[in-house]
Amino acid sequence: MTRARIDWIPLALVVAVAAGGLPLVASAPTWLTLTVAGLAMGMMIFVMASGLTLVFGLMDVMNFAHGAFISVGAYAAASVLVAMTGSMQAASVAANLAAIVPAVLAAIALAGLLGWFFERVVIRPVYGDHLKQILVTMGGLIVCEQLIHVIWGPDIIPLPRPATFTGAILLGDAAIERYRLLAVAVGLAVFAAMWLLLNRTKFGLLIRAGVENTEMVESLGYRIRRLFVGVFVAGSALAGLGGVMWAMYQESVNAQMGMQVMVVIFIVIIIGGLGSVGGCFVGALLVGLVANYAGYVAPKLALGSNILLMVLVLLWRPRGLYPVGRA
Amino acid sequence: MPEPMLVLAGVNTRIGQYHILQGVDLEVPKNGLTMLLGRNGAGKTTCLRTVIGLWRASSGSIRYDGREVAHLGTPERARLGIAYVPENMGIFAGLTVRENLVLAARERALDPQRLDWIFALFPALKTFLHGYAGNLSGGQKQMLAIARAIVEPRRLLLIDEPSKGLAPAIVANLIKAFTELKRTDTTILVVEQNFHFARALGDTVAVMDSGRIAHAGTMAALAADEALQTRLLGLSLESHQ
Repeated sequence: MTRARIDWIPLALVVAVAAGGLPLVASAPTWLTLTVAGLAMGMMIFVMASGLTLVFGLMDVMNFAHGAFISVGAYAAASVLVAMTGSMQAASVAANLAAIVPAVLAAIALAGLLGWFFERVVIRPVYGDHLKQILVTMGGLIVCEQLIHVIWGPDIIPLPRPATFTGAILLGDAAIERYRLLAVAVGLAVFAAMWLLLNRTKFGLLIRAGVENTEMVESLGYRIRRLFVGVFVAGSALAGLGGVMWAMYQESVNAQMGMQVMVVIFIVIIIGGLGSVGGCFVGALLVGLVANYAGYVAPKLALGSNILLMVLVLLWRPRGLYPVGRA
Repeated sequence: MPEPMLVLAGVNTRIGQYHILQGVDLEVPKNGLTMLLGRNGAGKTTCLRTVIGLWRASSGSIRYDGREVAHLGTPERARLGIAYVPENMGIFAGLTVRENLVLAARERALDPQRLDWIFALFPALKTFLHGYAGNLSGGQKQMLAIARAIVEPRRLLLIDEPSKGLAPAIVANLIKAFTELKRTDTTILVVEQNFHFARALGDTVAVMDSGRIAHAGTMAALAADEALQTRLLGLSLESHQ
């Protein structure tokens, strides 16, 4: 019996890039530190980008305002965390989690709510028109940034990491930041949850089918508009979660943080194959690793290295690492 | 005489600046197979897409099983029991054959007995059940597309050019499968260009020309009248044996 097979080559490419980084860095401890940093960065980008790739794949919507959901999520979490500074500074995992969990929930809820509002008011009138989508979502991003200034003020908000996730673990001579390990764990958990949802539930099947052919999903009797709203809200909520992770990584929050990270997010979803969550995951890991190695070996090439990576991947697989068949 | 399963009356469909269906009047009898024939560009595919609601009729009436459905969206029409197999088959290439079928079984989990019946019609689907649908051959994809439409009992099947681009042996298999399908309580409307296929299966026939129904009647009558075939289709069925 012929079975569906996983394409392992892009995953092997991640291993190959990591292995290729070792001779470039020339120091095993530094390589280990950079590799974990790259994986952590990749996981955070994946969390932020996964919703966008699904929204693009399923709804054919180019949503430049996705960055606003990242920023709003970060600000929502910051509001909670600043109010719970005592818990954040306590040297107890339970106390830290007592602050982080409500902060993350606030970020997810507010970003999801904003996503729901955005889909109804901004996106719905421009389905099927890419030019208008770019214009209105860019406009929406600017409006959201200004609203953040109005609500939270124009100043950067410092966001110290929770006490138990500051500092590093020493593995031989390699220093591995605790927060980066947390980011890797959260990223893996999000990926596992998404994989299970997409591959083991009928709702996931509908999303995967919708990414390929929305017309046919409707012809089978499913109301695709409801699916659109659900995926858009979930994608926005994930952006909010990614915003919290990114803000803690940078230890500050500012209104432009979402827009700043959008370039990398677009590179990741293009490398992965528009609409592919698995591709987004592998693409994010590649981008994270390459950015960290290049940033160490040739700092001026850090962003350029990701663009070069995208060019090379597209020369190899013009529709991305895991192309999604679209009707 | 029983009420037809599908009645189109004065249906007009415009796509952008083009006026494709120009007052289509069509009756599809219950529990039979109606062939919709016509030259390229006559409006056959538009007619099927208008019935399922993927393109909205700008005017006219579409009655399905006695109920007006022209105002309903595509999912609502599908939920009334209409299944649609598009010309490009519309299979989900990134899903396995089984996942394609699971998705089409909208009401409940896959029924093993129904599945066995489908596998008897299309044995290849059982062989490739856990393989990606995108890896199937053209004929197997067509089988999957039809299997998906019948994975749960549906009252009206709309099938667009099922024999298109398929090898004669596969077409012969499809004819067998459709013959079996005709024994069920299902009404079938098939758009077709393969006249041999049409004659082998059709109970009734409608011929479209320039967005209108130019002829409607029994397939037997059309098959027996070469002059009519030539006038309506530009070719006779006999020349396609």
